[in-house]
Amino acid sequence: MMESVLHGKVWRFGDGISTDHITPGRYYHLRGDLKALAEHALEDADSDFAQKAQPGDIVVAGKNFGQGSSREHAPLVLKERGIRVVLAQSFARIFFRNAVNVGLVPIICDTGGFETGDEIEVDLERGRVRNLTGGFERFFTPLPPIMQAILADGGLVPHILKRGGFQWDSTP
Amino acid sequence: MGYTLAEKIIAQRIGREVEAGEFIVAPVDVLLAHEGTGPLAVEQFEGLGRERLAVTTLFFFDHAAPSPRRELSNVQKRLRTFAVEKGANVSEAGSGICHQIVTEQWAKPGQIVIGADSHTCTAGALGAFATGMGSTDVAAAMALGKTWLRIPQTLRIEIGGELPPMVAAKDVILHLIGFLGADGATYKALEFGGPVVENMSVEERMTLCNMAVEAGAKEGLCAADEVTHRFLEDQGREEDYVPLSPDPDAVYERVIELDASQLSPQVATPHFVDNARPIEEVEGMSIDQVFIGTCTNGRLSDLRVAAGILKGRKVHPHLRLLVGPASRKTYLAALREGLIETFVEAGAIILPPGCGACVGVHQGVLADGERCLSTQNRNFQGRMGNPRGEILLSSPATAAATAVRGQITDPREFIG
Ligand code: SF4
Repeated sequence: MMESVLHGKVWRFGDGISTDHITPGRYYHLRGDLKALAEHALEDADSDFAQKAQPGDIVVAGKNFGQGSSREHAPLVLKERGIRVVLAQSFARIFFRNAVNVGLVPIICDTGGFETGDEIEVDLERGRVRNLTGGFERFFTPLPPIMQAILADGGLVPHILKRGGFQWDSTP
Repeated sequence: MGYTLAEKIIAQRIGREVEAGEFIVAPVDVLLAHEGTGPLAVEQFEGLGRERLAVTTLFFFDHAAPSPRRELSNVQKRLRTFAVEKGANVSEAGSGICHQIVTEQWAKPGQIVIGADSHTCTAGALGAFATGMGSTDVAAAMALGKTWLRIPQTLRIEIGGELPPMVAAKDVILHLIGFLGADGATYKALEFGGPVVENMSVEERMTLCNMAVEAGAKEGLCAADEVTHRFLEDQGREEDYVPLSPDPDAVYERVIELDASQLSPQVATPHFVDNARPIEEVEGMSIDQVFIGTCTNGRLSDLRVAAGILKGRKVHPHLRLLVGPASRKTYLAALREGLIETFVEAGAIILPPGCGACVGVHQGVLADGERCLSTQNRNFQGRMGNPRGEILLSSPATAAATAVRGQITDPREFIG
């Protein structure tokens, strides 16, 4: 399990970042090679990110982050680049679910005022983001319990291995 | 209290009363993946250590069909081997696009269908609860036969009036997405109904449901009615028909009424689907490539409309026209009807059944600064293989009219 307070530097993106921005279709053939694919992460939104993002950096975006294709390679390449948490005004549904399944924390909060390069601190337990550079804080509501359980176990596969199925499953 | 379609399907499948907003675990009836998402699903499935597939599992080779590179040939080979070992079904390159085939051959009204592809929602046209997920969710269902879901709130889309000539299901859904916004229906179900939908074929309903995800929705659904019945009969699957409709007292988060009679052909401009606007605003814009096909609009009725406009005419000399039938079945039917001949005579390139140019893996990649008008569902930057290209979306009629004139053209000019 990851620590509950994360420090990092912001990479700021706008609204409507699609999975085609994050993992462009022209690199479809690289999906079997996550490292190679991750070298192009978010390339079509900000080519700097693909080259310069450091482990521990934090992606901050506007509305509907991760819209489009169901490709799980989108959260995976971010994770591969060392991103552990993504903050956005809102997420597209499939990306949100995929992120949790692969152990990348998606956080919905007001992201107005965050700029690339800001130092921020995300407190997962308290549901608080502090922008140390800007000197302000924002609060977020916790994920639904199902998703928290999956994240706490490190993703869906470890969750199922540990619990023998979905933890909350009451069906026969 | 009555149920919406989405609630009713879940309640029937888990055998108890349900409520929108509730988190549940439900059995999965059919699932799909393709060469882009399947390898990761297989890897995760293997990580789960289960021997047997717990559910009907379908693999499709459609995104790279036939494979343009050895990496993709190798992943297809790997999926083939896994499928033989575990008893999954493989739909080889050339068979067609996953969503087309799932709707033609597999999905039934009242089922829960999941897929490692966002347009899995297409099968909602038959009255199935069909939704896209990622590879790991699909792998979990392969192992457990189940998935977890949040029962969605439903937006009822009530479509009245009558579609004017040369205005199609695609125009309705583009207009609706423009109205709702790309995240206007996030986590929700879109339930399509009203007189216009009742009169639509299953093919047209598929176009509506296919694009539900472009408004962020979990799924799109239509009632299973006599139209559905006839469609399944035509596929030789009469026994798969079960009538299914929402309760008259179903509770909707919101009912949105659309008057189809007022609609013009719609075009979505770069780089977002919700940039939909009436054709009057973009007419005359020059276009370099037109693509008619995909899981949104590559069906027989789409090809008929396009061929009707192209018959006896030529593709504009400054423009390339690509046509991709959605499935082998569509291809054959189009051949027999002479539609393919019409396209080829007009100067079109026929692509093999599959996703073709839609996702930028191969075929029809745009040059820098080029503009494509496509009948597909997404115009995101880079989607067709080049972030310096631009994609606009329209119906097959608008696409065909544009192919003839070399610039965005109102298909109503071709009436009569
Ligand atoms: S045709 Fe396009 S949208 Fe449809 S499944 Fe293929 S790649 Fe996806």
